Amino acid sequence: MLAGWALAASSGLWPPQLLPPPWAVAESLWTMGADGRLGSAIWASLKRLLSGYCLSVAIGVPIGLGIARFRVLSRLIKPVVVSLQALPSICWLPLAVLWFGLSESAIIFMVVMGSVLSVAISTEDGVQSIQPQLLQVAGTLGIRGLRFVAGVLIPGAMPGIVTGLKLGWSFAWRALMAGELLYASGGLGQLLAAGRQALDPAQVIAVMGAIITVGVLMDRALFRTLEHGVRRRWGLQLST
Amino acid sequence: MLRAWWDSFRNQGLLVPSQRRNRQGPAKIAVQGVFHRYGNEVEALKELNLDVHSGEFVCLLGPSGCGKSTLLYALAGTSPPTRGTIRIDGQPILGPGPDRLLMFQEPALFPWLTVQQNLTFALGGRALNRQDRDRVAREYIQLVKLDGFEDALPHQLSGGMRMRVSLARALSLDPAVLLMDEPFGALDEQTREEMHLLLQEISLRTRKTVVFVTHNIREALTLGDRVVVMAGRPGRVLQDLEVRLPRPRDPDDERLARLSRQIREALREADRATVARTDPGVEKIDVRPNEDHAAKSPAARLDAGGLGPGR
Repeated sequence: MLAGWALAASSGLWPPQLLPPPWAVAESLWTMGADGRLGSAIWASLKRLLSGYCLSVAIGVPIGLGIARFRVLSRLIKPVVVSLQALPSICWLPLAVLWFGLSESAIIFMVVMGSVLSVAISTEDGVQSIQPQLLQVAGTLGIRGLRFVAGVLIPGAMPGIVTGLKLGWSFAWRALMAGELLYASGGLGQLLAAGRQALDPAQVIAVMGAIITVGVLMDRALFRTLEHGVRRRWGLQLST
Repeated sequence: MLRAWWDSFRNQGLLVPSQRRNRQGPAKIAVQGVFHRYGNEVEALKELNLDVHSGEFVCLLGPSGCGKSTLLYALAGTSPPTRGTIRIDGQPILGPGPDRLLMFQEPALFPWLTVQQNLTFALGGRALNRQDRDRVAREYIQLVKLDGFEDALPHQLSGGMRMRVSLARALSLDPAVLLMDEPFGALDEQTREEMHLLLQEISLRTRKTVVFVTHNIREALTLGDRVVVMAGRPGRVLQDLEVRLPRPRDPDDERLARLSRQIREALREADRATVARTDPGVEKIDVRPNEDHAAKSPAARLDAGGLGPGR
């Protein structure tokens, strides 16, 4: 692939200001890394991602548990959750800007809206797939109230919740990039936009590479280990 | 016919109608005139009376659909009877309570907790500090002979071991009454026999009141101080028998085989009476225990436990 790219770039079929050769991209990546632009952009993006994501987990898991356990909530909220999920997260941006202005809160709001629904839905799924006899036995053992929620419901739904966390994380990452690309200051998305404004395709491609790398690393390092750990502990088949 | 008579002659004194005067004090569990009806279905229980005394091991035996599980769940308080009263220590049962613990066919262990944690988590509702919970848990793990497996996860254990953990968890809560709904139904023959020995040993040691539902005649005879034989349509008590065999009972004991024949005969007779009563137009069913008829009768639906009618 890399060789094909190098060949295509140096063949002269496309002007180099549109398709830079791989070494130009590598060089751009190097200079951005050396002058600290890349590092601070990654840091800024991750900070936003983390705060938005934590918020959406803190909101999404209880919503999921509530929908799964109470018929009323399921009737009231579930249709809303399901239909809102059809809305691409970037569509929340205008509303976010109207409500919060061009601020950090607006972009975090977008991240939350992008990921909270999938966390809630997967949590509900996880609760529904708890073996019914476990819930029954919890009742006969006299496990109720908070002990039931913390000791049976949440751990029982954990395989589903982890799926939700993983999905939510990747949705949050997408929402964040979309938001940063459009207006935010700092962050990888903005660095990408800056590359376009400077008419520097090498920078654009370099930042794209960085975004992919960060996303994949997060998924592998965080969620693969978490998922494997949960599945092993819970005695479920390892899927891969 | 002749053999049935011979059997009952030889069984004399081993399986006798249960008599109240043999037991002292008021009943632990008193079931009085209980009816249960599911929707518009046939009566699952009809005017059922049963006394269970403290420390007794009572097996409810009968074909599927005879109402034995309905009765058990009524005792547990999860499905109250349509009519009649059930009292425990003189108090009417209004719902599930900590004095009665229900065990199912599945061990239903929490898969994310170790053996030890499964017990300590269940004990979490009791006013015990952490050390005491750990100590009690270890004690009961020892009782079911699983010491050394405290830190194993449920999925690392065999089916029989899981059932033992489940039993230890139930016993550790020290309920006054243990209600068991075919708890060994999903185990293989050999494991089930091991569980029978273990349960006899434990029940001799702890003197718990146990109500044990089964459709396996030999299981009931192996475990029960009393075997309450039930029949269906409508669900009722057919016979209330006391088993007078020394413990621990050997599953290969010839006397068990004879007693189980006697019970099977009684069930078959009840089945015939039911068929005759409910479907008068139906042609006379062959009363000989051949295979065809055996497939239809509730008596044959009982797990013969390796003792087919032809043997």
